[in-house]
Parts: sequence; C-alpha cells; structure tokens
Amino acid sequence: MSRTDNIAFVRTEMLPESPPPAAQTGAIKWLRENLFSNVLNSVLTLISLYFIFQLLQVFLPWLMGGVWSTSSLRECREVLDGAAGGCFSVLTERWNQLLFGFKYPPDQYWRILLAFVLLLVAIFPVLFKDVPRKMLYFTGLFPFIGFWLIWGGTIMTPIVILVGFVAGYMAFKRLEHNSFAMGALGGIVTAAVIIWLGGFISSSMSGFIALEEVPSRDLGGFMLNLILGVVCVSLSLPIGIALALGRQSDMLIIKWICVVFIEFIRGVPLITLLFVANVVLAYFLPPGTNFDLILRVIIMITMFSSAYIAEVIRGGLAALPNGQYEAGDSLGLDYAQSMQLIILPQALKISIPGIVNVAVGLFKDTTLVSVISMFDLVGMIRGPILASTEWNGVYWELWGFAVLMFFIVCFSISKYSQWLEQQLRTDHR
Amino acid sequence: MATLSDVPSESFRLSMLINDKRYRAYTFQFIALLLLIGAFSYLGYNLVKNLQSAGLNISYKFLGDPAGYDINQRLIEYDNQSSHWRASLVGVLNTLLVAFLGCITATVIGVVVGVLRLSNNWIVSKIMSVYVEIFRNVPVLIWILIIMAVFTSVLPQPRDFRGANATASMVADSFAFTGRGFYSPAPIFNDGSGVVIAAFILSILGMFYYRRYAKKALFERGQMLPTFWPSIGILLIPSILVFFVMGQPISLEYPALKGFNFQGGIYMRASLISLWFALSIYTAAFIAENVRAGILSVSAGQTEAAASLGLRPNRIMNLVVLPQALRVIIPPLISHFLNLTKNSSLAIAVGYMDLTGTLGGITLNQTGRAIETVLLLMAFYLTISLSISAIMNVYNNSIKLKER
Repeated sequence: MSRTDNIAFVRTEMLPESPPPAAQTGAIKWLRENLFSNVLNSVLTLISLYFIFQLLQVFLPWLMGGVWSTSSLRECREVLDGAAGGCFSVLTERWNQLLFGFKYPPDQYWRILLAFVLLLVAIFPVLFKDVPRKMLYFTGLFPFIGFWLIWGGTIMTPIVILVGFVAGYMAFKRLEHNSFAMGALGGIVTAAVIIWLGGFISSSMSGFIALEEVPSRDLGGFMLNLILGVVCVSLSLPIGIALALGRQSDMLIIKWICVVFIEFIRGVPLITLLFVANVVLAYFLPPGTNFDLILRVIIMITMFSSAYIAEVIRGGLAALPNGQYEAGDSLGLDYAQSMQLIILPQALKISIPGIVNVAVGLFKDTTLVSVISMFDLVGMIRGPILASTEWNGVYWELWGFAVLMFFIVCFSISKYSQWLEQQLRTDHR
Repeated sequence: MATLSDVPSESFRLSMLINDKRYRAYTFQFIALLLLIGAFSYLGYNLVKNLQSAGLNISYKFLGDPAGYDINQRLIEYDNQSSHWRASLVGVLNTLLVAFLGCITATVIGVVVGVLRLSNNWIVSKIMSVYVEIFRNVPVLIWILIIMAVFTSVLPQPRDFRGANATASMVADSFAFTGRGFYSPAPIFNDGSGVVIAAFILSILGMFYYRRYAKKALFERGQMLPTFWPSIGILLIPSILVFFVMGQPISLEYPALKGFNFQGGIYMRASLISLWFALSIYTAAFIAENVRAGILSVSAGQTEAAASLGLRPNRIMNLVVLPQALRVIIPPLISHFLNLTKNSSLAIAVGYMDLTGTLGGITLNQTGRAIETVLLLMAFYLTISLSISAIMNVYNNSIKLKER
C-alpha cells in the first residue's frame, strides 16, 4: 500500500509548466529591479524622469524648430517670430570660419580637406592591426605631405627634409652595430647636414610645384585645434619616452635634468607657458629672428605634454618587475637593445590608458591658445563671430557646436583606447 | 711566475670612453652637462643682447609703482593707487579663493555623482555617466565661457528687481541672483561676537572629542553610542545659547536695491560665480570617476565578510569599505585639486581678477615687464604645486600598507 492512499488527493501526473508570474519576467521584472526596487529608488527614478522630461521639453523644440538659412540673428528672430527654435543658421553661414578660421584663402580649402582625409588614411594602420602593414610607409610620408598641403610653398621643402630624414636613418643603420649612441649621433649629423644643404636647393627652386603659401597666422578654427593636437601629441611621445628613461637612469646629471624639467612643467599651468611663447620666448632668440607664433606655441605645448607623458611612462616602467630588466641583461643585450626589445613594449602597453588620457587632455587644452589671441574654434566663436553685428548674442548654438565637436573627438579617442586595452590584454582571462 | 688569473693590466684607451660601460656613463653625463651649459649660455647671451638693444633691464622695481587699475573683486583693501605688488596679492588671494571654493564643491558633487553612478537604479546611473562623459570630454575653457554666457543672459539684471511690477524678486528677501553676480547677507560682528565664535570653535572641538570617545567606547567595550544627533547637538546648542545670552551680537546686513544696483551684503561677481561653478562641475566629473574606481577597488569579498559578521549596510560602508576605498581615492583626488587650481588661471577668459589676470594680465601689459611677471607667475603656481605634492607624499607614506 503506497503512502499516497492515505491522503485525500495527490496529483499523479505532472502539471504543464506555467509561465512565470508577470512580475517576475520581461520588462516588468526589469523595471521592478532596476527602477522601482524600493521607495528611495522609486523617488529617484521619478525625479530623473521629470528632469529628463523638462530637459527634452526645452531641447527638442529648440532643435526641431531651428532656423538654418538666415544671414543674421535679427532675421532669424523675425523668421522664428517668438516660436521656440535655435538660430542654427549661424553655423551654416559661418561654417567655413568655424572650421578653417577667417583668413585661410577660401579657394584653398580643398587642401585642408585633403590633408584631413589623408590624416585619417595615415592614422589607420597605426590604430588598427588588421590594416596592411605596407600602409605604414604612407604614415611615415604623411607629415611631409600634410605640411606641404596646409602651409603650401614649393614641394621641394618637404622633399629635402624627407631626404634628410631618410639619409639620417640610413646612417643610423650603418653605425648602429657599433653602438646605439654612435648610430644616433651619426644619424642626426647626417640629417642636419643634408637638410642644411638642401635648404639652398629648395630656396633656389621656390616655384617648383608650388602651392599658394599660407602664413601660419592665417590658420584658425577647429582645424587649428586638430593641427596643434596631432602635431603636439605625436612629437611629445618620443620626447616623453626619452624623459621617462632619463628620469629612471643611474646617471645623476641626466636624471636631475629630467626631474627638474618634468616637475617644473607639471607645476605650472599651460597658460603661463603660452604666455612664455607669446611674450617671453622672443627675448631668448637671436636678435632679429622672427619666429612663427604657431611654432612657438607648438614647442611649448609639446614640452608641456611630454612632461605629462613622461610621468605616465615612468609609471609603466616602474610597474614592470625587476626580473624583466635582469632578463634583458642576462641575454647579453645592451641598454638600447633591452629597452627596445623587452622593456618598452611592455611598459608602453601598460601606459596606453594614461597616454590616451594625456592626449585627450592635451587636445582639450589646445583651446587655451584663444587666450593669447589665436583664433582656434573657441577664439573664432568669442572673437569674430560673437563680436560681429550679425551674430551678437547667439550663445547656445555656437557653444553647443563647440561642445559637440570636442565631445565627438575626445569621446571616440577614449572609446578607442578602451578597445585597444582589450586587444592588447595577453594574459589569461 | 705569472698566474693565469692575473688580470691583464689595462691601459686606458680613448675608445673606452664610448665602448666601456664603466666610463660611458661619465662621457654621456659630461656631454649632457656641456650641452646644458651651452644651451643656457646661448639663451642668456641672446637675452642680454635683446635687453640691451631694447634698453631694458631685469628689475622688480615696478612692483612698488602704483598699479593704476581697479580690481572689482577683492578680499583685501585695494585701490588704483596701490602698488603692483598689492595688486598681485589681491590676485593671489582671488586665485586661492576660487580654488578653495571650487575644491569643496567639486568634492561634494563628485562624491555624490560617483556614488550615484554605482546605484542600482538604471536611469540614475545612466544620467550620471552621461554627465561624466560630457564634462570630461569637453575643454574646461568652453564650460567656463558657456556658464558665463548663461549667467549674463538668463539671470535677471538688477533693474528687473525695481519698481512695482518687478519681473524678478529676491529669494527670502536676502539673496539676489542677478546677471551681474550674487548678493547675499553679510554678517556684522558687534561687541561680544568674539565670545560666540569662541563658543562655536569650542563646540567643534567638543564634537570631535565626543566622536573619539564614542569610537573608543566601541573599540574597547563594544558599546555603541549614538553619534549623529549628539554631534549636531554639541555643535549647535552651546553656540545658540551663548548667542542669545550675549544679546545677539552678530547681525546680518541685507543687500538692498539702491538706484541701479544692489548695495550692502556680500557681493560675488558673475565672473567669480561662473568660474567657480564651471571649475567645480568639470573637476567633479573627474572626481566622480575616482570615487567610483575607489569603491569598486574594494573587493566584494570584503563587503560579504563584513555582512557575514552581522554588520548593517551603513556600518559596512563606514567601517570596512570606505577606509579601504579612501586609500585609492585620495591621491588622485589631490592631484585633481591641483589641476583645479591650475585651471583657475583660465579666469582671464571671463575677466575674474586672479593672479593671471592682475600680474600676468594688466600689470604685464602696463609695464611691459614680460620676463619678470611671467617668472613670478610661474613661481607662485610652482610653489603651490610643489607644496601640495609634498603634503601628498607625506600622506601617501602614512597610509601605505604597513607590511612586515
């Protein structure tokens, strides 16, 4: 006799599976868990929703009702006639000024656009491993092409500099087996001599395949921010590595030079360095030299960011276990070899997030040049556009545009660095 | 008899200076030193020549001359007959003022945002991450200018407060938020106010003493004393009692509309407010990321262990998570404070007269003494940075994990 006989009713067959209760599944469950899990959370959710609603209520009509094709603020207000909407026509009307500044010859804009497209092409093989490696040759050529496109002049100038660099590199390869220092010295001397000699050639052939020359005072707009950012970051990487290695070195004098330089630069705001570039640097140059302002600014910003990058890389170097250095020594590698083959690849990999942070920060800091009256994007908005009679008083549209431009660039850089970190993670997961 | 182990007596060859590791270091350092001296003497030579040809010299005498310009936001007495030195001092104090205010608000906002970003509430954490990303990825100069523009265009002008049908009104009859700046009541200290302040300071000390006593009681006897309400009581009650016993010696001076502008009270100019606000919310975005990283760095096992000991959530936070998280949070927090101080030099963009605005701005333009002023400017910021990093090093050493 089985036990079940004593009990009034026992089901003998399985029930079909019933769906989970409505509160435990799908959207309702998600809402309950993520938005209304307790009283405090529910209050927070409602406040946030109200906040978003208020924001959209103002923002959407402004965006949707915007006017895109008038030639002045007064005209735009007449078109709007009291309705909500932004005067985005300031962007369409001053589009070229916002991007290129107000002095760059308009018939030469194609050069900047071409340089920008080529910059993307050149930067691709650096950013992504899957792009054919041959493209790196183009990356090496790009600085010269970009310089020629943006500043103009005869094509001989960049060619001479390029030849100088190639010859320097060949001399370095020739002498490298003696010692790294000999190679570097030989390379630098060769490059300098060739560029100096080539200077005579290029100045005598100033009309040869020449583009219209544009003085760097005429650069401006968002282009100026991009130029400063790209040039300074790429220049400050090698300098930063050298400074970091110098700071780690056993040689006291070199170490102290690097320490003093880094701590000094990190201790002062960039704006004081820009003051130096603007008003002080001229005193330290030979009398009569007229140094380009952009070049002075590039030097100062490069010094600034290389100090920060040096600190980041020093962190990476310090994070490597001592065994790595000893492994290099025990393989019989000299200092230059063990740095190139063993230490730096690992240290740089650790430092990538930090370097990207510095790069983003530096790109944002390029707006500071507007303080020393250069017309970058911020300088253009504050100066020629907001001061003009047509557009005096358009704040939201212009600043919104500036915010958008910087956000797009900086946000994509930081997203890229997160992706790269994932790619480079070679340990066990 | 010569043994094989004899070291062959080496004669010094010139090539060893480059090829031998023992001497190479000296060669490099010697070259570096020569290059350094060469570079400095070249620059110095140019400087001397340039100064000679311009008929200038390096001298700080101009600091004693009357400045001849007005500074509208100041903490100490100053008029346009005061010296450039005095003007710089006003600038230094203004820099420190905005840096101090900014650090406090940035920390408060940053901690709140950082904690909310970890919240279970999906919508709140999303809003907070949008805030952090937007503010971190756009230059602070743009934020300062935007907030300044919003201030002057959105807030009412003082004239809107006037007349029978005023379009704007003061908050609680004591605060006025105008496009020119904020007005708030100012305390006036009459006779006997010293006693009240002394009482207040004593009660702060008393509060700390009580909290220490409560902690000791907890650690030694396991006795849990309430801390929150007693601390507030100790803090406020004696001062309020003394305040009334002394016959209300501290009174408030309210801002009032006279003519075209408000008079009296504390006046903070729009430039100060917008700089303060912009620096705070910009830096807060970075601090929020810090706080989040700090809290996430405490492993879940710690929280679970504390919970299994029977601690309640707020005690877990106070006794287990926070002490460990602070170790991660504080060093970068201080470097963000440092960045905020350095970023405050952007005041020049909105016309707030900090040190960059007075010494590096008008004084530089009036006297033309570029080298001297820029050097002084750098020396000031360098002093601040180096002293803060010295303090930070001391702190870092004190919280370092004490290992065997």
